[in-house]
Amino acid sequence: MKLKKNVATSEAGFVFNPGTGDSFSVNQTGAEIISLLKENRSPEEVINLISSKFDAEQIQIEKDLDDFVSQLYIYNLLENQD
Amino acid sequence: MEKLKYERPVIRKMNTGLMNKFGSRIENEPVTQIDGIPVSSLIKKFGSPLFVISEKQLRSNIQNASRIFKTRYPKVQFAWSYKTNYLNAICRIFHQEGSWAEVVSGFEYQKALENNVPGNKIIFNGPDKSEDDLLIASRNNSLIHIDHLDELLTLIDLSDKHKLRPRVAVRINMDTGIYPKWDRFGFNLENGQASNAIARIMNDKNLQLVGLHCHIGTFILTPSAYSVAATKLCELARDVKVKYGRSIEYLDLGGGFPSTNKLKGIYMPGSDTVPSMDQFADAITNTLLGFGFRQDELPLLVLETGRALIDDAGFLLGTVLTNKRLSDGRRAIILDIGVNILFTSLWYDHKISPAQDSVQITEDMVLYGPLCMNIDMIRESVNMPVMEKGDQLVVHKVGAYNMTQWMQFITYRPNVVLIDTESNSHIIRKAENLNTLHSMEQLPEHLKNSGLK
Ligand SMILES: Cc1ncc(COP(=O)(O)O)c(C=O)c1O
Repeated sequence: MKLKKNVATSEAGFVFNPGTGDSFSVNQTGAEIISLLKENRSPEEVINLISSKFDAEQIQIEKDLDDFVSQLYIYNLLENQD
Repeated sequence: MEKLKYERPVIRKMNTGLMNKFGSRIENEPVTQIDGIPVSSLIKKFGSPLFVISEKQLRSNIQNASRIFKTRYPKVQFAWSYKTNYLNAICRIFHQEGSWAEVVSGFEYQKALENNVPGNKIIFNGPDKSEDDLLIASRNNSLIHIDHLDELLTLIDLSDKHKLRPRVAVRINMDTGIYPKWDRFGFNLENGQASNAIARIMNDKNLQLVGLHCHIGTFILTPSAYSVAATKLCELARDVKVKYGRSIEYLDLGGGFPSTNKLKGIYMPGSDTVPSMDQFADAITNTLLGFGFRQDELPLLVLETGRALIDDAGFLLGTVLTNKRLSDGRRAIILDIGVNILFTSLWYDHKISPAQDSVQITEDMVLYGPLCMNIDMIRESVNMPVMEKGDQLVVHKVGAYNMTQWMQFITYRPNVVLIDTESNSHIIRKAENLNTLHSMEQLPEHLKNSGLK
């Protein structure tokens, strides 16, 4: 679960993938998660950090993270697992 | 430090070129109650999934249709097409509103009798009437719509043997420009079968020809097809009058008016594309009035309208089992509603609403049922708020054909509840359970011991 190194993010919630030329918009939670992924945080850490900052159950965050990451994968924003 | 409000993380691709070409409307307005009863309490009380029928809507539909036709033509009679929905409570609502019964099997015929419909107000259609059915219907003075030559010959034979004078109509099939042609039913007009059948009846001493019938198809989107059909029936009635001196009492134009559902493959919602009942009424009644019948010989107009009268009075409530991402990135929602109970999802894109106020964020998604089969898809692509396990939803306009064509498969058929005009709810068909199904099974003696310990 590692973001591609060259993926660029902006404060305003934009994400750019120079590899494909695609750009994306993310909401605040999405932006937080992406920046944590850039720091190579583990899923547990991401969940803990998000839940310390936002008002949500850990289990909810876990489900949403799982879904969010699968979208990042589809959009070619993640390093291949292997 | 106070925590920030949490919002599900979302990422959206920008400038993805074409949006959905037809800008499909977002179906995310929540529908939280039906006729004043919260969806959540209906599900709590009667389970999920759950069919709900609004008596108020049903009565308003039939009253409205009657008004539309009766303000245009003096003699109109609706006959409730049993196969569309033959739950007794539903049939009785139609009968209370003055509709006769239109049935297509011995089973449906018995149902109409049990619903206290007088025999002479039952129209018996269809290719599958047994000798017993024909005898009972003749004795009850029902209107027997003859479908094919074998049936005609059987009836001639029976009425001779049993000294009966059955009242009959001939089912006619014809070219009205509608495809597919429903030429499997009845006698063809263009090739002369219809006139031959009429001649056969007129030459018989027992059979009384009282009507002419056609049903040109279903979900017909062109009112002019009904003008064509009505013209052809009028011409045939005139021929009968000229040739045999007999006045035809009624012309039955069958069913076939569309409901406001959205057919698959049509991009606009049904309410924008479907002609109104008034347009169909104009097409039919202008033809009858303009044909030149003598005022005292105007035939009764019979209509066997099915889906257009009931679709929008039926709702199917359900619950989200889970939501997941498919491997190609699409979101999938798995519901407890499968195609086994929502048969019409095969030809309609049913409108589906969340039943609770939800987040504003919507996504394109696929809605699947719970059956372990690939075909179990309720909506292939719909833009809705993302729903979570346990969320409830409402499928709209499911009143026609689902509660008669549903299948018992993998799980039980659910409760059907009627909400009356005072917002009281009544179970009108109980959910099945293991006993319901086991009561029909029998075990041969040698299989009573299952063998496993
Ligand atoms: C003879 C006959 N009458 C009436 C109907 C009701 O049709 P609809 O639901 O299209 O109005 C049908 C349905 O197929 C039918 O076969």
